[in-house]
Amino acid sequence: MMLESLSMILIALGTVFFIAGTVGLLRFPDIYCRLHALTKADGLGLALIALGVALLADSMGEVFRIILIWFFVAVASATCGHLIARYERRSGEGPSYD
Amino acid sequence: MTDPLVIFDLLLGLSIVALALAVLSVRDLFAAIVLFVIFGLLSALAWVRLSAPDVALAEAAIGTGVTGALLLKTLHHLRYVTGTLDRPEAMNLTPVTPVPMPVLWVNAAFCGLIALGLAVAFLEAPKVGPGFDALVAEAMPASGVDHPVTAVLLNFRAYDTLMEVVVLLAAVIAVWQVERGLSEAPAPHLGEVWQGFARLALPAIVVVGTYLLWVGAEAPGGAFQGGAVLASVGLLLLLSRFYVPQPAHRGIARLAFVLGTGVFSAVALLVSGGGRVAFEYPLEHAKTLILLIEGLVTISIAVTLAALFHGREPVALGEEERRNDT
Repeated sequence: MMLESLSMILIALGTVFFIAGTVGLLRFPDIYCRLHALTKADGLGLALIALGVALLADSMGEVFRIILIWFFVAVASATCGHLIARYERRSGEGPSYD
Repeated sequence: MTDPLVIFDLLLGLSIVALALAVLSVRDLFAAIVLFVIFGLLSALAWVRLSAPDVALAEAAIGTGVTGALLLKTLHHLRYVTGTLDRPEAMNLTPVTPVPMPVLWVNAAFCGLIALGLAVAFLEAPKVGPGFDALVAEAMPASGVDHPVTAVLLNFRAYDTLMEVVVLLAAVIAVWQVERGLSEAPAPHLGEVWQGFARLALPAIVVVGTYLLWVGAEAPGGAFQGGAVLASVGLLLLLSRFYVPQPAHRGIARLAFVLGTGVFSAVALLVSGGGRVAFEYPLEHAKTLILLIEGLVTISIAVTLAALFHGREPVALGEEERRNDT
């Protein structure tokens, strides 16, 4: 029971970060700010949700798989963010500093 | 009190229809591809909600992952051919001439017929009922595997699966023929972070793909899902230039293309005779034969999908000139 409520809180908290990231994606002015909001907030949101789901897992094998999924999604989304920013900087305008 | 999941299902269904409309109506091809990938991911989620994890895995791996990569590669090539590569102002342009109206109408007619057929099939299907569950469950001991979907795909309805493998083989043959004279768009330079990611992800993808194949005997997974995941190994190798296709490797590539189809058909024919029909595996060898077929079909699928991503047949420079002369 204790574990379940803790997991609920973690998943809810993770969802809040995802919503914050999405609001940033919709509201921020340029692609760099949007990437910043999205990659950071979603990274944290994903970690919290993965932790919450791992608490509900039945076996150590499931926990291990959730950790693996978390790790690779985190690495892949960071790489994607980097690739998008890199493409934009090379072909378009660099970030503005004013 | 309605189940809160009903609301989720409704939203999911509406999102899928809305995304399908958006894919068709958006003008920017890149946006269309991204929307198509999201459409595929939500469809996979819908299959999970329909308790069909096997279809969900296939949709996510092949329908979304590999198809998305193929579409992006095609767009890259289109931009290269039309000279709009790396020009952001060309982003919103469609780099191809419009499709002629008669072609559009013929396509629309065929799509309409398919939609009509699906609608009829949907309306005629019994609303409730066990479907084929009971029949499959009854026949499971004769299948050699423990997962009903694998039993249906590789044993009871193996002929259909063989045809799916043949479709892939036909596709790669067509691509090698059609793209013969095409010049190759340079691979995008993706930088060091990408290289590091590829190095990190490669071994993990090999493990996941093999796991999906192996687990197919008793849980959702199997040759197509495992093959699609393993194909992404090829995609990573090609994109990061760890492997550049050589003309000398064509022989082994051709062997890999036909391996699955060849062994599948050979086994199907060899087990026939002595009162059995084709595809009727003897029970004591069923598991071994199914694993053998699945393993080799997986290799074929992985290599074929990676070759489709690469596109044109790797031809030696001299050979290409000779071909253009004639």
